[in-house]
Amino acid sequence: MGSSNSTLSKIPNLGRLIEETGFTPAHIKRLYKRFQALDKGNKGYLSPQDFGSVKELATNPIGDRIIGAFFSQGQETVDFHSFVRILAHFRPLDKNRAKRPDSPEPINSRISKLRFAFQLYDQDNDGKISRDELLQVLRTMLEMQVTEEQLESIADRTIQEADLDGDNAISFDEFRKSLEKVNIEHKMSSRFLH
Amino acid sequence: MKLPWGAATPLLLAALAGTTWASSAHNTDPQSNTNATNGTEGNSGLTSLPIVTWKWHHVEQPYLMALWVLVCWLCKLVFELNHKLTATIPESALLIFIGFVLGGMIWGADKAQTFTLTPVTFFYYLLPQIILDAGYFMPNKLFFGNMGAILTYAILGTVWNAVTVGLSLWGVYLGGIMGDLKINLLEFMLFGSLLSAVDPVAVLAVFEEVHVNEVLFILVFGESLLNDGVTVVLYNVCDAFVTLGADRINAVEIIKGIVSFLVVAFGGALVGVVFAVLLSLLTRCTKNIQIIEPGFIFIVSYLSYLTAEMLSLSSILAITFCGVCCQKYVNANMAESSVTTVRYAMKVFANGSETIIFVFLGISAIDPEIWVWNTAFILLTLVFVLVYRIIGVFALTWILNRFRLIPLEIIDQVVLSYGGLRGAVAYALAFMLDGNKVREKNLMISTTLIVVYFTVVLQGVTMKPLVTWLKVKRTSKTEVSLIEKLQNRAFDHILIAIEDISGQIGHNYMREKWNKFEEKWLRPILMKSSARKKQDQLFNVFHQLNLKDAMSYVTEGERCGSLAFVRSENNVNLDFKKKLASDISDIMPDINSDSSDTGPYTIPMTCIMQDNVPTVCLDVEEDMRGKSMRDTENINTHHVLQMHLYKARKQHRHRYSRKEMGLNKDENEVQEIFQRTMRNRLESFKSTKMGVTQSKKIKPAKKDQIPNGKHKTHSFEDADFSDDNVFSSDFAGGVASGGGGPTRLSIRSGGGIENPAFMPDVDHASPLHTPPWSAVVDDGVAPSQRAQVQLPWSPSNASRLTPLRISTRSNDSFILADRPTAQGEQPPPSQPKSTPK
Repeated sequence: MGSSNSTLSKIPNLGRLIEETGFTPAHIKRLYKRFQALDKGNKGYLSPQDFGSVKELATNPIGDRIIGAFFSQGQETVDFHSFVRILAHFRPLDKNRAKRPDSPEPINSRISKLRFAFQLYDQDNDGKISRDELLQVLRTMLEMQVTEEQLESIADRTIQEADLDGDNAISFDEFRKSLEKVNIEHKMSSRFLH
Repeated sequence: MKLPWGAATPLLLAALAGTTWASSAHNTDPQSNTNATNGTEGNSGLTSLPIVTWKWHHVEQPYLMALWVLVCWLCKLVFELNHKLTATIPESALLIFIGFVLGGMIWGADKAQTFTLTPVTFFYYLLPQIILDAGYFMPNKLFFGNMGAILTYAILGTVWNAVTVGLSLWGVYLGGIMGDLKINLLEFMLFGSLLSAVDPVAVLAVFEEVHVNEVLFILVFGESLLNDGVTVVLYNVCDAFVTLGADRINAVEIIKGIVSFLVVAFGGALVGVVFAVLLSLLTRCTKNIQIIEPGFIFIVSYLSYLTAEMLSLSSILAITFCGVCCQKYVNANMAESSVTTVRYAMKVFANGSETIIFVFLGISAIDPEIWVWNTAFILLTLVFVLVYRIIGVFALTWILNRFRLIPLEIIDQVVLSYGGLRGAVAYALAFMLDGNKVREKNLMISTTLIVVYFTVVLQGVTMKPLVTWLKVKRTSKTEVSLIEKLQNRAFDHILIAIEDISGQIGHNYMREKWNKFEEKWLRPILMKSSARKKQDQLFNVFHQLNLKDAMSYVTEGERCGSLAFVRSENNVNLDFKKKLASDISDIMPDINSDSSDTGPYTIPMTCIMQDNVPTVCLDVEEDMRGKSMRDTENINTHHVLQMHLYKARKQHRHRYSRKEMGLNKDENEVQEIFQRTMRNRLESFKSTKMGVTQSKKIKPAKKDQIPNGKHKTHSFEDADFSDDNVFSSDFAGGVASGGGGPTRLSIRSGGGIENPAFMPDVDHASPLHTPPWSAVVDDGVAPSQRAQVQLPWSPSNASRLTPLRISTRSNDSFILADRPTAQGEQPPPSQPKSTPK
């Protein structure tokens, strides 16, 4: 556990992180503490096992996938910067933040929120949610009393709703369009405490 | 209080007399007026037996009540004829205007305002249903999600309104602008408190038409709902203070007032929750009295209102929370039809009394007695009410925004403050003022009325343009789609996980905890076990979507004139039908000529009596109808068959029963199974490519039999198909388990052997010369066995055949069994009755 006053100074490239994620220093400080609490053995990075120590995640049907989203392809570790960057997806949209034309798409924009959600489905990273991938998610998210057949027909129907080009899979574009009316900004945002 | 409204409204009673006649029925005949007022009925000196007497007094109260309700609703009807009008001016405003007109008519006839909205009527008979409706249909997730904001507005905002308006008016009064008024500080506070509440009725009436986004709506609406409770409490406290008198109020009393405020408000909510639990438990066991099941919702909720009133707790909060808390469990516990009933009945009551309230708000104005004009007082009140509302909203929102995930925008705040409509609650509270204590009661009433009219009419009318002009986010009317539902669920999970990972206890975390708790403890207690199983929401959406699809599918099919493609999906035997339909149609002309005059009702009966062969007749004849009606597509036969049977089903519904509605779950279903058996057997029959000649032979036999069986036929037809397929299928299952055993034996042994008792008849009338039984006996066995082989998809199939088999074995017994139906008016024949159990 880092001492409270010097916490921020321990974080390298703090300025860039704040710039990139839009978190305030207070947020970062709090998240850094959390990071350290999760980081068993002060490795300086988190492993999937570290996430596993969060008890509630085990009861979350898609908890594993969300943990997986913290680790980029093929990697077994996540450092603090990536950790914060992932969490920054869930920062609420801020209106007052001056929108500079040259700045890249903010990490908490609607589109990147959606991309995060999309990637939870798209486990093989081929840019499409296939029927099988959807089925897997459905299987974890629906309760036991729904039979496999029902699951399959739900999956078929879902794809049918979103699928515009008829390839029996949902591309990111189709995903975005099908959720056009959903208030993503609201539903994919969490209020981070200071 | 015998009569709900009449007894409750002293003023109404005082001069119920001819006035309504005059106003509502436009009958200004003075004779009837005096007659009614004096109570002298023309028959006092009775000399001979009057054939008809004029008993106006006898029915006066309920009659006037009913008339008023009718008149109010008719007003609404008139408005709704013109959509342009209601699109620009909100209905509530229009109703108030109509009230003005009606009030003017009453006053013109009576020279006094005899009909006004009295607090008792309002609070006991008009308001509860509106509040219950609001609570029952409350979008719970949204409501509890924004609970913090709603409570802030409802409690702090209301208190702020009351105090500032009261104090400001008092300050101005001290300044001397208002002239000489006999109002002290406490009375100003009392006045401020009664004017503080945003009225749910008025707000709903306006905002329902505007369609602002759901968060904004829930804020305005939730606030208006809860702050009514707060206002009433505040009013009561102030009223008590006024009664006590200024000199006896000290710090202790004020603290007591605050405590009482809290106790009354939260106690009321608690009473509501308790009643909601009771109600949920109650609906767990109402399965057997389904027809009055919906009634429980209303009566228990109303009791929660009255109980809270009795305990001097906030009754409005009680009924609100009763509705909010019970909705989930009640809807899961009750049968679907009951849920629908509750839903519609609730709307009827709420909408009805809302209409009445607005009309009476208008009528009440036309009374010179209450109008005391004090320009300064009235205008200043209006200004203060508006200004402090705006200040209050902006100040509170500023605080709230520091804690909100999605801050409320300026535009939202403008709409929120502009949506501060005052309504009937304020008026009723003003009316309740004690004229002995509050000397300027009439001034307060008239000021309240002005405020109400101003807010409801002016703000109501301008609300829509304002919302459009400010480009407030509207709700987009969305169709439910599976992917959205799925994704919403996923979002919930994601957010919870993120909160877990980032280690904070946020809104989602709390909701998750509550859900877990609810699932573990509340649901097992409050929900039927059968209902609990059906809880998966995602699956429900899927189910609903499928149902919708199926319905549009069928509608489309009916439009095109054929339901065959619907059936083709689940009917294994369709192929046979296709193949054989042409064969059948070949023979149809003959049959048609034979049976054309027998009418549709005779068919099932004769079929039953005649065993398997006539089943072909049945379908062939129906087929014929189909032909003559429309196209040559063979598959249509089935469609037409269904059409006809549907009519029979409808006819059945004419039968009146207090306990049952439409569906009959009793013995009659047995008859339906008969009919289904026919169809199944027909299909198996067709598959054997036979029955062409037989059907011809049998037809005449049918004719012969009709004289005996005519009545029976009718009752059979009544019973047949009186229900949907769902019923029959499980029912068939019941038969399978119960009566299947022995009868199946009979299938093997006696199947297809015709009863000679009637076969000669058949032969007699038959135009053909082939001995009927030879053919029947030979082939009759085959289809029945084949039928069992061919329809393996449901275990009940074999048993579906059983009733028919019974008839096969001994036709007489069947007729006998049926006889009571014809004579004793008892639909259940003894035999089928025993089968289902």
